[in-house]
Order: sequence, then structure tokens, then C-alpha cells
Amino acid sequence: MRTDLWHRRSLIAAGSVLGLGLMSKPLHLIVPAQARSLAPTQTMRGGSNNYRPNAPLVKSLGSGFVVSGLVRQAGNGASLKGVRIQIWAATTLGGEREPRNHGSVLTASDGSFRLEMEQIVPNFGQPHAHLAYDDGVFQTVFLRPVMGSARDTSLRTEFILAPV
Amino acid sequence: MPLPPSRTGAVLTWVGLGVAVSVPVVLAAMSPFLAYRNLPYIVGGFAGILCLALLLVQPLLAAAYLPGPGRARERGWHRWVGIAIVICTVLHIGGLFVTSPPDTLDALLLVSPTPFSVYGVTAMWGVFATGLLVLMRRRFGLALWRVIHNSVALVVVFATVIHALQIEGAMEPVSKWALCIAVVAASLYTMVDLRLLRPLMRRRS
Repeated sequence: MRTDLWHRRSLIAAGSVLGLGLMSKPLHLIVPAQARSLAPTQTMRGGSNNYRPNAPLVKSLGSGFVVSGLVRQAGNGASLKGVRIQIWAATTLGGEREPRNHGSVLTASDGSFRLEMEQIVPNFGQPHAHLAYDDGVFQTVFLRPVMGSARDTSLRTEFILAPV
Repeated sequence: MPLPPSRTGAVLTWVGLGVAVSVPVVLAAMSPFLAYRNLPYIVGGFAGILCLALLLVQPLLAAAYLPGPGRARERGWHRWVGIAIVICTVLHIGGLFVTSPPDTLDALLLVSPTPFSVYGVTAMWGVFATGLLVLMRRRFGLALWRVIHNSVALVVVFATVIHALQIEGAMEPVSKWALCIAVVAASLYTMVDLRLLRPLMRRRS
């Protein structure tokens, strides 16, 4: 009986596996051309819950918890300056509908934004924040990042925005 | 249940049940999160916690395991506790809806981002179905009734426990786990005893 290790089928199979491995997330050795352009962030489930449009621009909503992140443009990944990000969450001040828990900040020249607020507390079973971009130049995105622990005192996230 | 017929045994059983039910509720009442919540949220949350606690009592009453009152009275209480569970379920969802309509609607429509919502909604439909089935009980034979009621009850128990365990809320985690384990153990023990062991013993004797 022939027991060649590399006959045609096994070679194709091994080649495919190797190829997939090289392209897969942890290795990422081969990047297809279209994947190099940055995909836009998708709105998360429940992201827009208890949204109050046009939350006022604020310096802070309190102290003890920092929500920060980065805003970039889909495709080329360029940092976006002066973009308004709206933030709200249930904190020690009250629930998500509490007006004092809603505020907006603008991104700096490097696309970063930062808002300090009161400690976020678990709401409806999960400690989480809400962030929105909803100003029309780019496609609207609502985020609902969940904290790793209710004891966390900061949360970081990213918006990759696609032009309308 | 082979309980010692002594007075001490009876007292211990009732004290044990009282502790098992009240400690998780009292610890939840001491949660720092309550200070940051409005009244409808607190009422809704505690209605849910009460439902979980009552699920521990329910099978014990159904099988008349609790020493003292006797079979007929415990069956009567089983019915009243059932009504209380339906009312608490309505209060739970009502309170949460008043607190945050979009989050509650997402849960009811099964599009919520939280993984525990689907279990909560499953338990809710199970509780409501049980209420309806009780109203239509005369239409079923005893054997069929037992199969239906017990099956739905098991769904409610497991869905409620999974729902509760995944939630980060007012309940203190260790007492929540203890109560959930007790609820599952009581339900399974009762079901195996009433529907498996006792019929087998009866057939043998």
C-alpha cells in the first residue's frame, strides 16, 4: 500500500490550513488588501437606550470614573478632530435617565476624547456606559461597552466612523 | 421526606427555611446600589428576588414536606404562593419598564444585549402559562396535569436561576448562589421523590 505523506489532496488541505492560520487574527501575517482599510464601528445592541439627543458640552459630569476613547475615520484611519461624542450611564447620581448623567465632549486633534463622571454602577444587570456619535457628518453609531468589573474606574472605547 | 418526627426537627426545618429565604433578601436590601436607584427600580428588583425566594418554598409546599400544617393546608398555601409569584413577576417587569422602557422592551422582544434577559423572559412566560394552566386545570386528567405542571415548573426554576446568577445587581453573590442551589435542589428532590420514588414504592407494596 502506498502511504505517501504528501499526495495532492493532503497538500491542498495542509496548504489551506496554513494559509488560514497565517491570515487568522492572532497571527495576521498575511493581510488581504481590502482588510487594510479600517472597517466602521457597528452600533451595539441596546446602545441607544435612554439616549437624550444633544446632551450639553461639559467639562465633567463629576469625578471618580473616566470614560475615554479615540475617534478615527473608516478606511484610512485618520484621527478626527472636533467630533462630538455624547456619553451617558447610570452612576451614583442616579439612573441612565438622570440628566446629570448625560454630557458631550469634543475630540482633540489626535482624535481622543475624555470625560470624567461619577462612578458607573451596574444598571439592568450589567455595569456599562453608553456613547453616541449622532451629528450627521458620519453615520450614526451607538456604543454600549460593558465594564470588566463593577469596580473598574475607567473605560476606553473607539469609534471608527464612516462618512454618510 | 424522611424527617425526624420530633419537635426539634420541625423547628429546625422551619428555621432553616426562614434563614434560606430571608438572608438573601436582607443582604440585597443592604446593597449600596439601592441608594442610586429610584423606587420603581427597587420595587421591580425586589419583586424578582422574592420570586426566586418563593421558588424555594413552592415545591416544599406542593409535596407537604414542611412539618406541622399538614397536606391540605400546604396545598392551599402552594396555591397562594403561586399567586404571589405571578404578582411579583408582573411587578418585576412593571417596575423595570417604568425605570427604563427601552431596556425592558428589548428584553421582552428578545433583542436585549444582556445574555440573562432571554432566561428572564422564558421564566416569565412559564409563570404566566402556569397561571393559565391552573385556571384550566379541570380540563386535564391528573396524570397529564402533573406532567404539564411539573415540566413548566422545571423550566421556570432553571430559567429563573440562570437569569438571577448572570445578573450583577443588588443581590449579594454568595447568598444568591446558595439560594439558587437550594431552589434547584428542592425542585429536583421533590420531583424525583413525588414522580419517581413514591410511585415505584407504591407499585412494590
